[in-house]
Order: sequence, then C-alpha cells, then structure tokens
Amino acid sequence: MKIIRIDKKNWAGGLEKLKGSYRLFGPVKDNEFHNFKRLDKDELPDFNYFNTRLSPKSIIYPQSEIMLEYELDENKENHHVMKESKKDYSQRVVIGIRPCDASAFLLVKRNFDTPEYKDPYWIRSYEATTFVGLACNNPQATCFCTSAGCGPFYEDGLDVLLVDAGDHFLAKIISSKGENLLEAAGWDTETDADEQIETMKQEAEARITSFVTTNKLKDKKIIDLFDAPFWEEVAFACINCGTCTYVCPTCWCFDIQDEAYGLCGIRMRNWDSCMFPLFTLHGSGHNPRSTNMQRVRQRFMHKLKYYVDKYNDGIQCVGCGRCIRLCPVNIDIRKICNMMNSYEVQVTSD
Amino acid sequence: MQNPYLPYPVRIEEIITETEDKNLKTFKLVFLNPDDQEKFLYKAGQFAELSVAGKGEVPIGIASSPSEKGYLMFTINKVGLVTTTLHCMKPGDIMGIRGPLGNSYPWDILKGKNVVIIGGGFAFTTLRSAIVYMLDPVNRPNFKKIHVIYGARSPGMLLYKDELAAWEARDDINMHITVDSTEDPTWKYNVGFVPTITEQKAPPGNEDTYAIICGPPIMIKFTQPVLDRLGYCHDKIIMSLEMRMKCGIGMCGRCNIGKEFVCKDGPVFTLAQLNEMPKEY
Repeated sequence: MKIIRIDKKNWAGGLEKLKGSYRLFGPVKDNEFHNFKRLDKDELPDFNYFNTRLSPKSIIYPQSEIMLEYELDENKENHHVMKESKKDYSQRVVIGIRPCDASAFLLVKRNFDTPEYKDPYWIRSYEATTFVGLACNNPQATCFCTSAGCGPFYEDGLDVLLVDAGDHFLAKIISSKGENLLEAAGWDTETDADEQIETMKQEAEARITSFVTTNKLKDKKIIDLFDAPFWEEVAFACINCGTCTYVCPTCWCFDIQDEAYGLCGIRMRNWDSCMFPLFTLHGSGHNPRSTNMQRVRQRFMHKLKYYVDKYNDGIQCVGCGRCIRLCPVNIDIRKICNMMNSYEVQVTSD
Repeated sequence: MQNPYLPYPVRIEEIITETEDKNLKTFKLVFLNPDDQEKFLYKAGQFAELSVAGKGEVPIGIASSPSEKGYLMFTINKVGLVTTTLHCMKPGDIMGIRGPLGNSYPWDILKGKNVVIIGGGFAFTTLRSAIVYMLDPVNRPNFKKIHVIYGARSPGMLLYKDELAAWEARDDINMHITVDSTEDPTWKYNVGFVPTITEQKAPPGNEDTYAIICGPPIMIKFTQPVLDRLGYCHDKIIMSLEMRMKCGIGMCGRCNIGKEFVCKDGPVFTLAQLNEMPKEY
C-alpha cells in the first residue's frame, strides 16, 4: 500500500484545500476534553489528545436526527402524510479518528445494514464519509483494543492511516476513497516507510498492558450466562446513569419520537439506552427489564454474548476504554468480560 | 434505497367499537396509493407499525386475513398516547402504516395439520387473521380439524362477536367460546377460564396437531401445563409475544430476548424455542 509523506508545514494548507470539496470533522479542545466537531475555516484538528471524551459516532449517527416530516394542516395537500426530510449527504472527512473508533463503525454497520432492511440515514452518512485515522503511538492504561479485535494501528474501517513521525506524518493509503482525499489535498510525496510504520506499530502494541479474554464466550450457552450468579454483584453499584452507553462507540440503540409545532412536525430518532427502565416499559405497565440488575446484564450480555452469537465475529466492543474511565462507580467491562469468559456452570451432584 | 421508516399513507375507512367497555376498537384501513397495497403482502401472525403524524407509532398485530382483499384491519386497545389518539380519530382521517413486520405463524409447517387456536382477552387479533385465512375456501382443504378456544372476562368483552356466532354455526370449525363468568341468562356457550375449557375441549397432542396460543401472561401460565398433560410437545406449541417496540426492523435494540428480536425474529416462537431463550419477557 502506498505511503505518502506529509510534512507538517504542508498540513494546514492541505486541510484548507480539502475544505473546498469536503466538510471536515476533527478533534478539538472542548473545555478540558477533546471532542469531534466540524472544523471551520482556518481551524485545525488538535492531535494532542489520547482519545476524545465522546466517541465520534455522532458524526455518522447524530444523538438526535430528523427522519421524516409532515403537515397537519388539513387544507394542504398530502396533510398527515410522512415524507423524508432533506439531508446533506455531501462528502466529508473525519480527520484524526482513532483506529478503534473507526473499526467500531464496522461493528455497528451490521445492525444498520442488514440483508432484510437498510437504515438509509446511517448508511448514506457512512458512505459519504472518508475516515483518516490517527495511529495511537501512546495507548492509555484503559486501552484493551488488541484483545478486542482491533489495535492502535488497526486499518479496517479506515481510508487513510496517519502516523505521527515527528516533523511529518506518514499517510498510509488504505482505500480509493483515501487516495482521492490525499490527491485533493495535494499531498503526493510517496515514501517508503513500511518498516518504520511496522516498528512503531509493534512498539505501540507492546505498550498495551490491559486485556480481555474472549475465547470461550462463543461456546457458552446464553441461558447459562444469563442465569450466572454474578450479575447481582456486578450490578450492585450501578446507578443506571447511562454514561457507558452514551460514550460507547458501539452502542446504537435509539428511540423514535414525534414532535409537532403548530401545523407541521417531525419524526425524529434519539439515542436511547438499555440502562433506562423506560427503554422496555410496556404500555400495560409490565417491564421485562424492570430492575437495575436486568438492565446491567442486558448491556454486558448484548456486547459480549448476544452479538458474539449473532454475527460470529467477536465481541461488540473495540476496547476504547471510555466506559471504564467514565463510569462513576468503577464498573469495568474487562473484569466482567473475563468473569463471563471463565464462567462454568456448577454441576451439583446429590 | 427503500426507507423502512417511511409509512404508507392510509385512510381510516371504518371504526367499530368491539367491547362493552369501549376500550377496544377495530379500524379498517385503506391504502391511499393502490401500489402500496400491492407491496403490503402479509401472512397471518405478522404485525405492522401504525403511525399517527404528530403522535408516534404503535406495533399492532394484523387482524385481517391475507384472503380479505382491499383493506387492512387492526383491533386496538386504548392504552397510551398513540392508541388514545387513534380512539379519538374518525373515518376519513389519514394515518400511516409500516410493514408487514415480523415472522408469521408457521404456515408451511401447519399445512395438513390439526390446528388448535387458544386465545384470551384482546389477544385474539392475529388469531382471527389465522382463522379467517384457514376458513377461506381456497385454504380450508390444507388443514385438518380446526379447534378454537377463546375466552374473555364477560360476553361483552369478546371481540368479533358476529363472526364468532357465524363460526359456531359452521361444521368445519370446532368453536369453544367461554367467559370467566356471566349473569346473562341467554349465554349459551361455556363458562370457565381458558385453561379449564382447554383441558375439557382440546384434542390430545400428537404428531399432527399444533396449538397456537395468544393471551395474557396469566392465561399462558396456566394453559401450558394443561397442554403438557394433553401430550403436546413444546415444538408444537406456538406463541406470539409482545414487546415494547420502536423500529420494528431489529435495529433500535429494545425488544430482544437474548439474541432474538421479537420484532424481526418473532413475534411468533415455539415453546421449544422459548425454552432455550432467557426468561426475560
């Protein structure tokens, strides 16, 4: 794969050039944290960060998104008939996404792009986006990507992988989308740096000291894990705040709501969370997941067992560590994953 | 790309109040665009998302049968925001419908078999669809004996009363209508809870006999041991589940039982399947 050398003195100029044909999104300092936002003219992404506070999932899948609209005025033609809202699906680029967050989109894609149904909002957004990843030279203590199906230099889900090499970036072209982008920016100095990138990758991977074990999850029975005795203990401290699902790059659950103002209205979707009792509350008052424990169990069972069984390609987690860092009561998915993986049903003999 | 969230526009053709408490109304809906009707090919046991602009959507089982052409029928209990709005709407009003959604009763497996329908309360809607479908002259030869055990709290709480009476008069379907109790001296059918009447009237289980059960949890809980005693294998007991739903297409994440989504992989499961799934419904 082709590698382009981008001298840092040519960085800002190339990005400005890109803004002519792409909408640019990148990490910027947002109070004491970094988050992804649309980059204005002359605004540069700030790469002095480990990872953003929130995952970049909202770029593809906004926290609130208008789906449909309608007129309620009975004097108008087609009143009460839903139609699709106009959206901007012009091409855009996410600069500086971490490889784990980019690979998270591939896990989420399985939910929105199915053989039977296609979610047009998610798919159009995703297809309009070029992902320029920023390799992690210095992973954090809570990163466990290498045992969660990706890694600090992981390429699947990216169109370009940027490696910060001091006074220049090495840009590894992964797809034709990525190649087009580098061309549009005017970066074209080919270089031979495969070995250098490989060495840096190995060094970065060696800095990851935290792992999950997932090899036995697939072979366990859903019912056995569901009925395992540890869920009460796992859930004991949880306050169901939903922070974990909010910051998670692989959580996709949503709610659909209508909002009408006067004689017109919208149907929109909003992120929702399995941590909330309303998520599953029936109209009758019955709630299949009425307790804290049931909701915590659902979150971990979904990520670490149901998803594993459904798609047969690993866990629904990329090891970004956000839920570990931000959980107010220190619930640690690594610990729970390992508990599930090592759980054996106790056979009692009389 | 077809947008699975975009409802087909429909017009309310007729509204029938079904029960004496006026909490259940049947809506007959007609597609505004004939092309949409062509696309809406369904089987008995499927459901649809009914959409009211400005209020939201509700997942409701389809009560009409695919053999009834030109309209769709839904019987709706007044419960929350959308269903209450629906109960206040009138013929001629425009609303929307998405679907058909979910699997259906397993018609390929039921072909050539005895079918025992067991229903309670207002969970009789997709069972009505199934009965009308099976009784259609084109389809009736495809099934052996058909038994229907259907109960409600009182005579006035039964759905589709005229049809029930018409089915009673036929000799190609064995009806066992029951009410929990009644002081109506003209009541000429059974009195007793559905599990009891099932024990008395249902044929014994065998290789050629399938039971389809829909009803409130309490009815299902007490009917299941009866079917066990009658010798029904769990892969011959078919159930339709309810869950809170939004998308109806397996994406929004709330209606799962284990790895199955009730909206997409269900709502119809055999008891044998449910036995392998977490008890979280």
